[in-house]
Amino acid sequence: MAFTNEQLERYSRHIILKEVGVKGQKKLMEAKVLIIGAGGLGAPAALYLAAAGVGTIGIADADTVDISNLQRQVIHSTPDVGKSKVESAKESMLAINPEITVNTYRKFVLAKNVMELIADYDFIIDGTDNFPAKFLINDACVLAGKPFSHAGIIRFKGQLMTYVPGEGPCYRCVFKEPPPPDAVPTCREAGVIGAMGGVIGSLQAMEAVKYIIGKGKLLTGSLMTYDALTMEFRKIKLPHRHDCAVCGDHATITEPFDYEQAACELN
Amino acid sequence: MKITVAGEKKEYADGTTVAQLIVAEDVETPQYVSVSVNDEFVQTDDFDTTELKDGDEVEFLYFMGGGAFALGETR
Ligand SMILES: [Zn+2]
Repeated sequence: MAFTNEQLERYSRHIILKEVGVKGQKKLMEAKVLIIGAGGLGAPAALYLAAAGVGTIGIADADTVDISNLQRQVIHSTPDVGKSKVESAKESMLAINPEITVNTYRKFVLAKNVMELIADYDFIIDGTDNFPAKFLINDACVLAGKPFSHAGIIRFKGQLMTYVPGEGPCYRCVFKEPPPPDAVPTCREAGVIGAMGGVIGSLQAMEAVKYIIGKGKLLTGSLMTYDALTMEFRKIKLPHRHDCAVCGDHATITEPFDYEQAACELN
Repeated sequence: MKITVAGEKKEYADGTTVAQLIVAEDVETPQYVSVSVNDEFVQTDDFDTTELKDGDEVEFLYFMGGGAFALGETR
């Protein structure tokens, strides 16, 4: 694959980096990344990966754009309100970079479809906002041997970790089981600063890029936490849990399954 | 004894357990927090019986979903 002059210009700030170069840019253009959730985390991740020239980007979300999303989900614009999030995301991504292929999946990610959904992709970004989905994505990626980036954001805080098969603990090693739906007193919004999605979602995109070009150190075996109020980033070492139900020595989870979730979390 | 809690050096009485530390540190969702001591997870069932030692490094790991959840706050 030879670069056109336009591509050389478009990606010149990548190509000039010794860690990327023509070789790394080629890897990005041949890579396939799936982003689950076109929300606060998925929006910046999708925009940066599209701009970076990641050749195929899948985006999964069942939702439509609501005006309350626009405070943080920068991939959607005011005229997109009422439109499906994946369509709106695709338009924004192609507007930035018409060279890439965007696959849209307007559906909830569930045990019955998750394996098929992730099968074609090299790296998965978990941009979901609920624990049943996070555990499902973890289990599916561990079972399928796929690397993924996990992240969560709330109020002024965010955190993320990266799973690569054979290179450290999975999300279930750290958290074992989702909290029961009734552990959350109400489903009222706890709120989140819009830029938090920008910070943490961009870090997820960064992990995907590093994984694809094969440079640097990933957040495998580490949880990075960010507190915007104190402006502190911390990298906490994560041990592997040998009795982990999905990646441990005697794993009992052999196929993905759905946890119950409160009805109001499904929107 | 001196222990390190979430990166900060702190003074605690000898024999303080993980469960007592969780209370003293005012961890908001104690039943759902994951705890590591010197880079090893402590089983939730062992919080009451695990005594901390001088020099231990303790980390609390919190659930964090998206913008629609109230879990994951420390205080
Ligand atoms: Zn595990």
